[in-house]
Amino acid sequence: MSNMPLFEVFVRSKRGLDHTHCGSLHAENAEQALEYARDVYTRRSEGVSIWVVKASDVTASQESDRDSFYDPMDDKPYRHATHYVLPDEVNNM
Amino acid sequence: MTETNTPIVDYTIRLADDSLTLGHRLSEWCSNGPFLEEDIALINVSLDYVGRARMLYAYAAETENQGRSEDDICYLRDTREYRNLLINELPKGDFAFTIVRQFFVDTFNLLFYTELLNSKDSTLAAIAGKSIKETKYHLRRSKDWMVRLGDGTEESHNRCQAAIDELWDYVTEMFDMDELETGLAAQGVAVDRTALREQWQQIVKEVTDEATLTLPDHDIAIRGGRTGIHTEHLGYLLAELQYVQRAYPGNTW
Repeated sequence: MSNMPLFEVFVRSKRGLDHTHCGSLHAENAEQALEYARDVYTRRSEGVSIWVVKASDVTASQESDRDSFYDPMDDKPYRHATHYVLPDEVNNM
Repeated sequence: MTETNTPIVDYTIRLADDSLTLGHRLSEWCSNGPFLEEDIALINVSLDYVGRARMLYAYAAETENQGRSEDDICYLRDTREYRNLLINELPKGDFAFTIVRQFFVDTFNLLFYTELLNSKDSTLAAIAGKSIKETKYHLRRSKDWMVRLGDGTEESHNRCQAAIDELWDYVTEMFDMDELETGLAAQGVAVDRTALREQWQQIVKEVTDEATLTLPDHDIAIRGGRTGIHTEHLGYLLAELQYVQRAYPGNTW
């Protein structure tokens, strides 16, 4: 129903793993969203824990910010460990 | 001849018929739910009921050991041989009717299967164990909707109240005991339904109070399901449910 708020759903599939975004749904409130998330996204026993977050509470970066957000990182290769010559003693990096 | 020679088989078929008819009614919401999320949730509940019916039919077929399969019991009996409580076969009605019925039956099932967990019949006890987990979730949903609809808009309140008034006459049958069940209860196999009424009433009253709904104070009882005397609706339900087996006998997937 279009007049109900949208919730983003995050499911943790196994203990020790992170909650992963898996979709969204409409519900009247957070409690109902949690129940629907159970029915919609964990039907094949995908989860051990569910988070629901109101989509309107998510602040997201904008496509138009791309240049100023990410391009400056392109010329800083020294931020990658692979930029450095490793001593022979370090075998695996 | 519909009754078998084994009380446990008859009892199990009763419980299976209850689950199957209600599960089928819920399945009629598939693609017709009020909105997508609720559609999926309702069908999840429906599948729990149908799954429970399957376990019970399979157990009945195995215990009976007369060559009938779970499918034979389900697809090859006519209305007079079905033994479900009438409340389960009533048409799905509007969403309020579906929710009120679920709430009444979920509440009953929670009490019933909690008792059946102590059954001396280990298979019935195991099925009860699985059913309780499902029922707790079903009841959480139907309780939530009762309050949401009852204490919602004028229209949702009125529809909910109308559903309560219509369903009330079918409530008492859930608590009826007859010779078969009394005998099995004495052996520690069946549940004494009569003993569940007070607690049921208390839970239902609490929720309807919160939902600003009123329970009727009369005690009219429409009954007959356990003796095969059904409403006119069951025939149509079975006609659809059994269509493929009737049109193509013995057909398999």
